[in-house]
Amino acid sequence: MKPFTIHSGLVAPLDRANVDTDAIIPKQFLKSIKRTGFGPNAFDEWRYLDRGEPGMDNNLRPINPDFVLNKDRYKNSSILLARENFGCGSSREHAPWALEDYGFRSVIAPSFADIFFNNCFKNGILPIVLSAEIVDRLFVEVDKHIGYKLEINLEDQIITTPDGQVYQFEVDGFRKHCLLNGLDDIGLTMQHLKKIQIFEENHKKSQPWLFN
Amino acid sequence: MSLIFLCNSEILETSTETVSILEKMMSKTLYDKLFDSHVVHEENGTALLYIDRHLVHEVTSPQAFEGLKISGRKLWRVNSILAVPDHNVPTTDRRSGIADPISRLQVETLDANCSDFGVTEFKMNDMRQGIVHVIGPEQGATLPGMTVVCGDSHTSTHGAFGALAHGIGTSEVEHVMATQCLVQKKSKSMSVAIEGELLPGVTAKDIALAVIGRIGTAGGTGFAIEFSGTAVVGLSMEGRMTLCNMAIEAGARAGLVAVDQTTIDYIKGRPFAPRADQWDEAVNYWRTLHSDKDSTFDSVVTIDANSIKPQVTWGTSPEMVVSIDDTVPDPKNAKSEVQRKDWERALHYMGLEANTPIDQIKIDKVFIGSCTNSRIEDLREAAKVVSGRKVSPIIKLAMVVPGSGLVKAQAEKEGLDKIFIEAGFEWREPGCSMCLGMNADKLESGERCASTSNRNFEGRQGPGGRTHLVSPAMAAAAAVAGHFVDVRKLIG
Ligand code: SF4
Repeated sequence: MKPFTIHSGLVAPLDRANVDTDAIIPKQFLKSIKRTGFGPNAFDEWRYLDRGEPGMDNNLRPINPDFVLNKDRYKNSSILLARENFGCGSSREHAPWALEDYGFRSVIAPSFADIFFNNCFKNGILPIVLSAEIVDRLFVEVDKHIGYKLEINLEDQIITTPDGQVYQFEVDGFRKHCLLNGLDDIGLTMQHLKKIQIFEENHKKSQPWLFN
Repeated sequence: MSLIFLCNSEILETSTETVSILEKMMSKTLYDKLFDSHVVHEENGTALLYIDRHLVHEVTSPQAFEGLKISGRKLWRVNSILAVPDHNVPTTDRRSGIADPISRLQVETLDANCSDFGVTEFKMNDMRQGIVHVIGPEQGATLPGMTVVCGDSHTSTHGAFGALAHGIGTSEVEHVMATQCLVQKKSKSMSVAIEGELLPGVTAKDIALAVIGRIGTAGGTGFAIEFSGTAVVGLSMEGRMTLCNMAIEAGARAGLVAVDQTTIDYIKGRPFAPRADQWDEAVNYWRTLHSDKDSTFDSVVTIDANSIKPQVTWGTSPEMVVSIDDTVPDPKNAKSEVQRKDWERALHYMGLEANTPIDQIKIDKVFIGSCTNSRIEDLREAAKVVSGRKVSPIIKLAMVVPGSGLVKAQAEKEGLDKIFIEAGFEWREPGCSMCLGMNADKLESGERCASTSNRNFEGRQGPGGRTHLVSPAMAAAAAVAGHFVDVRKLIG
């Protein structure tokens, strides 16, 4: 996993509440057995005017000029600004895979759905919760200034705006540690191998039917 | 003397108080009990939780198996895993296999991974194949007191058994495969009590939708919801599964119902249930799986069962729901600017006018199925409405997709298939089907569907498709009428 330390990037505003993972990556692309290559189909139904299918050459497809990510000013954005309950619905990790592959390193919203929030951390994406008021303010700012960038500093847990405004954000200590260092969860858990074995032995004694 | 007496009585008082505080401290919610009894290790509020049952399907597992192979890791406990293909399987004749090559590859990849790693799998043509959340309980592979995970958000279904069950992402699937553990933070707890008796024609699905309508799709975010109250106690296991299934639609990763005799009776005799010599001990333990009397929840919601009418969603989020005798809401009445825009967008997508009475909305297709409503009881409820009636000629397609091969066989034994077929329904093979349309079953753009599934998101059942979530009885009634109708008028 790519570590996340300090990231400065262009912000794209996705002004909708309850953006679900079906919208982030539609089901037909879930048939892939790979982890990569989902970026061109992120937000497929909003982004293109035709119906997307796996295997299509996405460069030849008609794009929807009204969709925000297709606007020139948001090309190469790497921070997504969104509304409440972002990432609700299906648990598909293909959603953060698609966002990461597209080039997003962070999503900022007033709230996130649990599973999506969790999946982001496993893929080097930092989901940031800011109050609805601050998010509102950022939407206004982004709209006003072409080329609007934010700097996200995970170590200090701050976001800095172009005019020097600083917003503090919360992040769980363990997740922060893993993200800062690009650590793989499985390796970390393996350090507790003995404990797992002991737990399992006791568990088997008290509820043997679980091990039939 | 008096001084000593005073001291004694003081001590006495303090100690009774201490006892009651201690009791309070020791009294646990069902969620606490399940979580605490699986903690392997804890550090700064993050726990390593031992996982008892891991259910696997073809969509969210290939990358996890691949990850294991690449890093040369093994499965920690192979008999904790039960695998089944369900999302991509065709619901029509299967003898010729899967026509779509990409779907086929995904199912074949699951078959190959299961055989490479020695995992028990119910393959596509196995009688026991079905939707992962239907077959787990059906096999007795979901048991009270377990931790259950699956790379699928509707894993919350299994909480109906007093098990701690939640959906996980693919990285976590790989993590559980390799370590039998999940890195997890404790959720907050919410009690949703449905008190009183349900009105006739009102089902678990209506409770679920009414709860989501009340608390919103993010209302349960960060919580584990325990459903309780007389109406919930009165539900069958099928009904409890429907309710817990939709906990995720309220934002909660886990839904729970306490264990009682209904739970225990359901499990008895199922293939993966405890053996006869383990049974009594298991049951004794399971009977402790309820929230203690004095336990406290972080949030409490109480709903009067009597106030719940048959529900119909009108928009593109499960919280956009009203009763059958209501009208489509007017964005003018939205609570905020964000909500107003959301409602307008939803109305536009759904092709609906504000203030239209729900029972005037005509439909094109009817889908009875999905992990929410494809169990035997669901099919019985729908068949009761359909019996002796015909699907309206304006309906292009009405289909019933049983949740598993065993549900299908049971329904056929009871003659339900004939009732459906005679009425004009198609009777299909088990799988996820048009719940998300990864196989050939989809809505065309602009088509409107009465669906017993769980998500009415844009494009969920097919690009441009319009989904209205309802109970099986309401879907059956809509099929007969050609538009939504209060099922209570049909069952009298
Ligand atoms: S039936 Fe629908 S919701 Fe349930 S597991 Fe299948 S696709 Fe997911």
